Amino acid sequence: MLELRNIRKVYNAGSITELKLFDDFSLTVDDGEFVSVIGSNGSGKTSLLNIICGSIPIESGDVLVGGESIAKEKDFVRCRRIGRVYQNPSLGTSPNLTMLENLSLADNKGKSFGLRFGINKKRIDYYTEQLASLGLGLEDKLNVKMGALSGGQRQAVALLMATMTPLEFLILDEHTAALDPKTAEVIMQLTDRVVREKGLTAIMVTHNLRYAVEYGTRLIMMDKGSIAFDKRGAEKAALTTDEVLAKFNTLSIE
Amino acid sequence: MLDSIISTLTQGFIYALISFGVYITYSILDFPDLTTDGSFPLGAAVTAVLLTNGCNPYLTLLVAIAVGALAGLITGLIHVKLHVRDLLAGIITMTALFSINLQIGGSNLVVERATATIFNAEPIMTLFGGMSLLYRKLIVSFILIVVVKIILDLYFKTKSGLLLRAVGDNQTLVTALAKDKGNMKILGLVIANALVALAGCIVCHEQRSFSATMGTGQVVFGLATVIIGITLFRRMSFVKGTTAVVIGSILYKACITVALAAGLPANLLKLITALLFLLVLVLSGRKGEEIIHA
Repeated sequence: MLELRNIRKVYNAGSITELKLFDDFSLTVDDGEFVSVIGSNGSGKTSLLNIICGSIPIESGDVLVGGESIAKEKDFVRCRRIGRVYQNPSLGTSPNLTMLENLSLADNKGKSFGLRFGINKKRIDYYTEQLASLGLGLEDKLNVKMGALSGGQRQAVALLMATMTPLEFLILDEHTAALDPKTAEVIMQLTDRVVREKGLTAIMVTHNLRYAVEYGTRLIMMDKGSIAFDKRGAEKAALTTDEVLAKFNTLSIE
Repeated sequence: MLDSIISTLTQGFIYALISFGVYITYSILDFPDLTTDGSFPLGAAVTAVLLTNGCNPYLTLLVAIAVGALAGLITGLIHVKLHVRDLLAGIITMTALFSINLQIGGSNLVVERATATIFNAEPIMTLFGGMSLLYRKLIVSFILIVVVKIILDLYFKTKSGLLLRAVGDNQTLVTALAKDKGNMKILGLVIANALVALAGCIVCHEQRSFSATMGTGQVVFGLATVIIGITLFRRMSFVKGTTAVVIGSILYKACITVALAAGLPANLLKLITALLFLLVLVLSGRKGEEIIHA
């Protein structure tokens, strides 16, 4: 279980551009939930993810996993249990390393990065099989530099890398936003499959209302640093894109 | 003529150690590290003092590596722990090292003719004693550069090496792998400056002297050779970066040799170094933006 308790987050504190985003923000995500988070620009969606991952500091409040506070853990320490996929496909992989080297790095997460040979040849079959399951024709490009692949291909590999080792939380930060509609659909279906197969707890920020409605087990709409709308279970399943859009518009007009 | 080619090659091999260091910081870590101008004479100063005091010449190699590593560690700590910008962190260490080098070796220190160096101590004399000193220097520096190159190439393939390459490429990925990107940068700076100080050490053996100003322009040399090497072999992916920068180093030293042979006064050497670097930047189409952006 992931808990955000009484989070207070102020940007540019003390300056003329001070912006109080979260004042007393709390959110609990149960194990196995797949939460879609929507909301207009500046509503705090990405800040929410950054606070969970420890990428930005908070003024007060607490972040807990399974009842234990992780607020004092640095970002890279929290990453032991968190996998994250970003909007920008180039953030999830290392462009000058080959795909095989990238996958080998991801495969070694949680273990020591010492002086052993970086690529484990015995794992190549496994990588090939995983890549083939993406259906993007990547399985014969293991020795191609990551930077030479398309955004969609890189994002698919980034997703594979983020979920390769055991993890508790998958954080998806508008991870389909930079992709063309067809590739976005492929990545979204892939995400859904990975989350189901691995039984992950996932939080997905998206601007695509249809994805938010179609995928996931819970839908949260953020507005100006608070939760305007929170539906789960059967209520969530019954939601339609039109309903959500209507609700979204009432908030945006204010 | 032949002697001149041999000595240019020797220079190219020895100074290629600086190219390796700059290759790691500039090309792999994307960190413009000016510590180089201080760690190079640091390696030479320590070596000159040790040789003068009768230390085993081969031991000086290890000591130089250690003090260079320390210099890199300091720049790394200033940058990572004290959050000082990369360029400034290097400038701080470089400036501090100038005084430290003066303290260690004075403004000039000459190693006596009678003192054994890595070029004429055992077991080198047993192996290559039949050759003239000129050729012996070439052989020894070639062996050294090949050994260091192979070690580096192997290191880049280890898990640690892959992570080091990733940190310059995409820091976010390193964090995502639950590793501290700051520690990886420090590690890179430590390795790079250890190599640069080793270059200073071998130069001291080769020319039997240390001078406090010998570091000036070495980072420019390193950057130029890395950019020459990488630009020349850009389309030949089978040529490793380490090989490319050694060739860059040799070409660079060849240009200097030609300039001197054409009658250029030695006092203008740094001017030529700077102009040559500018030429390399313009021709390679980089124009320095990658140096400044970090």
